[in-house]
Amino acid sequence: MTLSLFTGLLFFGSLTAGLLGALTGLGGGVVLVPLLTVFFHVDIRYAIGVSLISVIATSSGAAAAYVREGFSSVRIGMFLEVATTLGAILGAYLATVVHTQALAIIFGLVLIYSAVVSWQQRKEAAQQVKGHSRWSEKLELSGSYPDREGKPCRYEVENIPGGFGLMFVAGTLSGLLGIGSGAVKVLAMDKVMKVPFKVSTTTSNFMIGVTAAASAGIYLHRGLVAPGLAFPVMLGVLAGSLIGARYLVRARTAVLRSVFTLVVLALGIEMIVNGVTKWF
Amino acid sequence: MVLESRTGQNPEHEHFDDRRMEVIMGRLLQVGVLLASFVMIAGGLLYMHAHSGETPNYRVFSSEPQRLRHFSGVFEGIQTGDPAALIQLAVLLLIATPVARVAFALIAFLIERDKLFVVISSIVLAVLLYGFLRPQ
Repeated sequence: MTLSLFTGLLFFGSLTAGLLGALTGLGGGVVLVPLLTVFFHVDIRYAIGVSLISVIATSSGAAAAYVREGFSSVRIGMFLEVATTLGAILGAYLATVVHTQALAIIFGLVLIYSAVVSWQQRKEAAQQVKGHSRWSEKLELSGSYPDREGKPCRYEVENIPGGFGLMFVAGTLSGLLGIGSGAVKVLAMDKVMKVPFKVSTTTSNFMIGVTAAASAGIYLHRGLVAPGLAFPVMLGVLAGSLIGARYLVRARTAVLRSVFTLVVLALGIEMIVNGVTKWF
Repeated sequence: MVLESRTGQNPEHEHFDDRRMEVIMGRLLQVGVLLASFVMIAGGLLYMHAHSGETPNYRVFSSEPQRLRHFSGVFEGIQTGDPAALIQLAVLLLIATPVARVAFALIAFLIERDKLFVVISSIVLAVLLYGFLRPQ
């Protein structure tokens, strides 16, 4: 395969990964790494390195749309970023000691888990929980967001240690696998800390970029960011996610979403099978 | 007091609250990505031109050359017209974008005189700089 054909195919493959990521709400990285390893036969370490770069691009590129909505909380984000960035550094170090086939298997498991979360999100209605948490006030994490009529809607944050701990895990997975781990972040904020859905999704988007930046530098120093891959993949994922966010999310995509969730599930199984057969 | 400063009703914070901070940080991220994308396109096209005819192989892992992994090497590479160095510059710009966002938040919290969040954002910035600048 010549360089121009390889680069062109990579660009369109990454564009698809970006579209899929925006559509399922899982982010580009989750689809990108299996795409690179399964279809382009790229070594998983290169795939993870370049995926981290794309994750930063997607997160930062989507910032404008999220800021316009005005639901994100810079305080919740910053507080939890302490956990995710520390986790990301740990993940980047773990990546050097974990066997590449084991990486593929862990990745497959995270894919399957992400598919399940994405599936549940589709069905679940927004839940309103009213509780009182002392720490929420002390840490200045309580806030408000505009409801449909534009009136401020107050919220508090529950179970902060539990959420913080899960965020550390999310950060470790991000640094280890080169993904945004949006699925784990949403679980920590929605289910454990009871942050309102609109606030958690937008806040999570910003956190993903900061978390990926913590380990991306380490990957770059190790020589895991290949220029020939970074060029088509970063631009492809960015373009795909922007197109996806603009045109597809608003359209009626319930069916498409179900199909893509199945694709993610299949990719997860493929990565596990591949990892197991090559290892043993 | 805390709530007031957030909704911008407190006159002291009227012109600088969390909402305004979010808007500026959103812009910052957009500009960073745009800049990185332009450098990436330029570097990528030059790279394609310089390496045309080669067969890419990423099946086997071999670490990128030392010169492309550090700031000094990347800047030297740009001066000698190495397209790969230009791509790495785009990557560096991209990584620097969220770091700049956290640095800006730190300044904003300093202006708001929010000691707790000055400490929290300093920790995040320190961890990011460790990953970004760490020698070796």
